Amino acid sequence: MTEIEYDRVPKVVEAIGRPELSARLRSFWESKPGLYGWLATVDHKTLGIRYIVTAFIFLGLGGIEALIMRIQLAQPNEHVLTPEEYNQLFTMHGITMILWYALPILTGFSVYLQPLLLGCRDMALPRLNAFTYWVFLFSGVFLYASFLIGAAPDAGWFNYVPLASIEQDPGPNIDFYALANIFLGISTTLGGVNFIVTILRFRAPGMSINHLPIMSWGTLTISVASVLSIPAVSLAFFLLWMDRHFGTHFFDPATGGQPLLWQHLFWLWGHPWVYIIVLPALSMVSQALPVCCRRPLVGYSLVALATVLTMVLGFGVWLHHMFATGLPTMALAFFSAVSLIIAIPSAVSLFSWLATIWTGRPDFTTTFYFFAGFIIVFVIGGVSGFMTASVPVDWQLTDTYFVVAHIHYVLIGWNLFAVLGALYHWFPKMSGRMLDETLGKISFWFIFIGFNVGFFPMHISGLLGMPRRIYTYSPEMGWSTLNLITSIGSFVLAIGLLITLVNVVRSLRVGRIAGPNPWDADTLEWSTSSPPPPYNFAVIPTVASRSPLWEDRLGEGQKSSPARGFVLDQGKETLGTTMLDAVPDVIVKMPEDSLAPLLLSLALAALFTTMMLEAWWWLAASAIAILVITVAWLWPRRSLGEIEGSTS
Amino acid sequence: MSLVEEVEPRRLPVGSIGHHATGWWAMLCGIVTEGALFGYLLFSYYYSAMQSHAELWPPELPHLSLALPNTIVLLVSSGAIWFGERGAKRGNAREELLGTAAAIILGIIFVTVQFFEWHNKPFSIHSSAYGSLYFTITGFHMAHVMVGLLILLAILIWCWRGYFGPHRHAYVSIAAIYWHFIDVVWLAVFFTIYITPYLSGRS
Repeated sequence: MTEIEYDRVPKVVEAIGRPELSARLRSFWESKPGLYGWLATVDHKTLGIRYIVTAFIFLGLGGIEALIMRIQLAQPNEHVLTPEEYNQLFTMHGITMILWYALPILTGFSVYLQPLLLGCRDMALPRLNAFTYWVFLFSGVFLYASFLIGAAPDAGWFNYVPLASIEQDPGPNIDFYALANIFLGISTTLGGVNFIVTILRFRAPGMSINHLPIMSWGTLTISVASVLSIPAVSLAFFLLWMDRHFGTHFFDPATGGQPLLWQHLFWLWGHPWVYIIVLPALSMVSQALPVCCRRPLVGYSLVALATVLTMVLGFGVWLHHMFATGLPTMALAFFSAVSLIIAIPSAVSLFSWLATIWTGRPDFTTTFYFFAGFIIVFVIGGVSGFMTASVPVDWQLTDTYFVVAHIHYVLIGWNLFAVLGALYHWFPKMSGRMLDETLGKISFWFIFIGFNVGFFPMHISGLLGMPRRIYTYSPEMGWSTLNLITSIGSFVLAIGLLITLVNVVRSLRVGRIAGPNPWDADTLEWSTSSPPPPYNFAVIPTVASRSPLWEDRLGEGQKSSPARGFVLDQGKETLGTTMLDAVPDVIVKMPEDSLAPLLLSLALAALFTTMMLEAWWWLAASAIAILVITVAWLWPRRSLGEIEGSTS
Repeated sequence: MSLVEEVEPRRLPVGSIGHHATGWWAMLCGIVTEGALFGYLLFSYYYSAMQSHAELWPPELPHLSLALPNTIVLLVSSGAIWFGERGAKRGNAREELLGTAAAIILGIIFVTVQFFEWHNKPFSIHSSAYGSLYFTITGFHMAHVMVGLLILLAILIWCWRGYFGPHRHAYVSIAAIYWHFIDVVWLAVFFTIYITPYLSGRS
């Protein structure tokens, strides 16, 4: 190319039966084989699967921590763990599940699926996508390094001051949590930015905002919420780290500091976060359940609006975590009211799923089993949340096992059940092979029964007054049987998860070949092969409805054209479209594979390690490395259409 | 008749062009999250101020003699980068270089004056919650100015190498909007720390 290209009229072609086009696109999009390609890849499909696998590993770690605690609590006056070990385990269990499993697993599904759902060839910022994955991984390694020196965080996942202050907790425990949290926040925030730009700017032509797949509504909503809320917790942990090591007084009442400021900053993030880690899971159900039920989702617009409304209200309920801290009555009344009202948009989604099942013809697949189980525990978790939204009830129940039961019904029920259903639904797309249905259903029954046997009795032990975070209890308290049942249930649940793990490993080798669309589903990801080629779509599809693959049978006439559209084959290219109407707007030049994301995340890991060690010269060296890598990454490139003038 | 044929004939820009650029949208999102960060910082300030019932907050009224002119310096630097961006859009390399260089110099003046301002404070980051918040909030802003200066410096080098012009100036626009953001945030910080104490009627 001698002439620089500033604009072009893209050709429109039929993709079917054009092997030369596929080969040409593959030459641009496929990562190189070998170590370099493995480390440098920016392919969202590879990265999505890495996210999912890594998040499941963290689920396993958090699960093992839980099982050890359940052994300790199975009977009164046990001595499996010392109190200090127990503190570290429950703290690490909470942190791992809430921060390093619950969102990253959903991010994994979104990173894999969003470009395919939207009909584009990669995430908007592919190198940033690789960077956020590496940062997620390294921040988790950083956190778990604390176990190696026997000093894991030990003040609970919400880490209240003054318990987490240097006077009360002088070891490095809290610093691991503080710095790992800030480190992970970089990944989550930038991941949110990537989703926002992808969903607003990279949809297939014709996919106006009212045709957006419902799953994209979930991801878009929580990405905006992440971008707005994560600075609160990063700041809280930064201020705490300053208080602990640099003699500042943000949380120190003796010099005008405010201990409650910690709780405000923490829950300003913490409650939106609860919705951030469940809304994409709910929206995966809204996406895949209609496929199981052979009909479009009932009340698409209402569900989309309810998703956004839940998130907006989710920013106005943080004080309900602080009802017992002595707040003004006015604040109690307001935040209690919002906490009750937020049940309404959640109920909209619930009734939409019920109506979809009721008016559909459900296929009783494993996916459907998990979604049906999800709906049941969704209601139980919702009701126990609604109960604690009432101030007097909360005063009675706060810091008891009732709250532990509630949080697990919400997080396992709303997140894990939906994720497992989604895994059975989209595994064929990702691997090209089906998961085994019999093993899947056995796994479901173990998980469903184990979960309810394990966690429902916690409501009762909470009502009987058992406080959370105690490492043991005496037999006179009358909690012994309930705790034994809980421990048994948790092991049944773990067995169920292991069965799905076996199913995945086995199906990768011997599973039935899936074909492009094994569930006869309606959205664009099913119009390409399983697994999709590196470029996703040979031509950019054109979309005219919410169910582009079902238009004929819905009696609308086939208007979308998944196999006919713009052929962008002058390099690594995809199409940018306008924000609301998805009118073609720009031909985007996409970056090649690059080592910069990995190197930059390693430099960041070095930076946080030097902060941990208070090795200031090394910190300066890390900062310079970060600067150099960033400049190299961002240096304008002709191949990306960033430099003016002809190539001379 | 499919939708493709309706949209087919349009000529589309290729590559990183102005507000079509992906980086532009990413920077807007980045600004939102940075804005939220300063929102939480100022929340911490106001919350601590409101809860410090008995004590004086701040211990003494802040002087405006350095801070006010310095605010004006930063605002003028916003105008300078606007001028530079306009130069890039028009393909006028001289205006482009001049505007960017002027913004950098004004930014450096701001940082220098701010160091004197810090030096003149009778309290430190260790002395009280107010001191901690004062130095942390202005310190966060200072860190953003430093990053902004590094970005502008990179832009200056790239301008000097003739990378940008009427078609390709997304980088300049992205840097400029970030610089404007840093200035707007300073106005919020300045109002909070330097102006609100005067509004409480103290003398």
